[in-house]
Amino acid sequence: MADAPFPTTRAMTDRRIMNRTRVLFRCAAALVLAGAVATIHAQEMRLDVSGVGASQYPIAIGNFAGDGQLPEDIDAVIRNDLAASGMFRIIETNATISDSETPDYAALRSQGADSVVGGSFTRLADGRYDVRYRLSDSVRQRGLGGESIVAGANDLRYAGHRAADFVFEKLTGQKGIFSTRIAFITKQGGRYRLKIADWDGRNEQTSLTSPEPIISPSWSPDGNRLAYVSFESKKPVVYVHTLSSGQRKAVANFKGSNSAPAWSRDGKTLAVALTRDGLSQIYLIPSDGGGEPKRLVSSSGIDTEPYFSPDGKSIYFTSDRGGSPQVYRVATSGGAVSRVSFEGSYNVSPRVSPDGRKLAYVTRREGGFYIMIKDLASGAVTQLSDRGQEESPSFAPNGLWVMYATRANGRDMLMAASVDGRVKQRMSSEAGDIREPTWGPFGQ
Amino acid sequence: MNRTRTLWTLLVCAALAGCGSSVELDESKEAAVESRDTGAAGAGADGIGDSSRSVQQVDAGQQQQDPLNDPAGILAKRSVYFDFDSFVVRDEYRPLVEAHARYLTTNRGRRIAIQGNTDDRGSREYNLALGQKRAEAVRRSLAVLGVSDQQMEAVSFGEERLRSVSGDEAAHAENRRADIVYQ
Repeated sequence: MADAPFPTTRAMTDRRIMNRTRVLFRCAAALVLAGAVATIHAQEMRLDVSGVGASQYPIAIGNFAGDGQLPEDIDAVIRNDLAASGMFRIIETNATISDSETPDYAALRSQGADSVVGGSFTRLADGRYDVRYRLSDSVRQRGLGGESIVAGANDLRYAGHRAADFVFEKLTGQKGIFSTRIAFITKQGGRYRLKIADWDGRNEQTSLTSPEPIISPSWSPDGNRLAYVSFESKKPVVYVHTLSSGQRKAVANFKGSNSAPAWSRDGKTLAVALTRDGLSQIYLIPSDGGGEPKRLVSSSGIDTEPYFSPDGKSIYFTSDRGGSPQVYRVATSGGAVSRVSFEGSYNVSPRVSPDGRKLAYVTRREGGFYIMIKDLASGAVTQLSDRGQEESPSFAPNGLWVMYATRANGRDMLMAASVDGRVKQRMSSEAGDIREPTWGPFGQ
Repeated sequence: MNRTRTLWTLLVCAALAGCGSSVELDESKEAAVESRDTGAAGAGADGIGDSSRSVQQVDAGQQQQDPLNDPAGILAKRSVYFDFDSFVVRDEYRPLVEAHARYLTTNRGRRIAIQGNTDDRGSREYNLALGQKRAEAVRRSLAVLGVSDQQMEAVSFGEERLRSVSGDEAAHAENRRADIVYQ
């Protein structure tokens, strides 16, 4: 069968790339707090991967054809992304494989590659690059499709991530997360920073820097805003911060402590924990602030850490109303509360998977804190982490990985683990402590 | 002044009289003057410099120090420590709480923040709420003693402001506290 012509998605992709560049630029330019200066950190995080998936797609990624040297190796980005997923076995090849030629299927099969990616780049008159890639099945000997992207020099990694997403989705049937971003907090030299980076920790940019702590960052569903808790006025206050402009607003600054922001699915409401009535209780407020908070549930204990289910109909939360902190669920409209966690005496930080079927949370067992995954239908619980110093789980938007914070060698760092626990990625930085990761949505 | 001059004049006259001058002073007059002077001198009169001229110092006290600034006073103590998993203000801190309550009820213009803290084991948000519970316990103790709500705000730093990071039990105990911070 003849190779299928690859679809021209250039116009749509161009706009996306340009918008993203604009957003990235403004992100870098956003400065907040008296005396703060915007910085783009050259210091990059280190990504280490261990473990393999239950089964792996063997794939060869050819060197992209083109004149001269690219500032960023797109084929290397694709290899790193697919390898880090644990679901692909990268077949080493030194060959240059172009997207416009039929690959040598026999040679590739003999090397063990069931699939192959070929690509090319052409430098345009305005300094940008026309990047093309095509995926082929070397067993069935046919093309599976490809794309072309026009990318500036600063967006070549993004082009590589888009290519990796394309390959991932074609072969696994699931959306890839390689083009997504993460947010996290760093602590270094007495300063706290709220940072945004690519999923692999590269291209860090700082959106907020402060001499006081920042905790609980949370992405809006459209990926344009972050809610977080800042202690800059010597008490916890919830802010909503627009990344592209750097504009932000204190949306919950009531008497006492204000914290734990969680977004509703439509981005219009935040669930927060407020202590204005004494102990921490959960309220709903408009995400742009103003209005009187609406209490969600009542208890004589501590209620905190609300989290909306993907269908928006329920809110999961932590409460010690029963004597010890456990995970509970209530309808978003309020009403009867049901308990969700039953094992042990300390279960906190509930996060629901994007398909609504799994719950990630933190359990304390024998003094250690571990990330657990509970199947909400069957109730079965599996342990995801093993260091015993874990906190802040966050699902990838495709539900296949969970990112979380842990501690090793006296330093706070990030881990991402496949939900079946087989593959782990560790992200650390020499520069300081990294904590509180939150995985951004698709479509950024 | 006049009295002094009179005394001196008297002495000179007496001296002159002793020197054989023909000026004779009326003895009775002298005595009268003397006795007058003696009479007027009051108690313990023995020549000049008697206590009727002295000035008794009265100490109306030092310039009023704000007891809050006395480093040795009980108000210098601003931290209440809690047992593990506990949110009750222990008896040993009652004097501290009472002292701050007295100060605040006397100085209604003063305001405080009560900042709750925890050790760093567990979820940050849950620890924020536990720290709040500690701050709230101190706030309630002060309210019961008459401090008004307008004067106090209970907030929490959770595990974010660890005073001691060594991670051993002593450090954990140091971090389980509520601090009174005058604004």
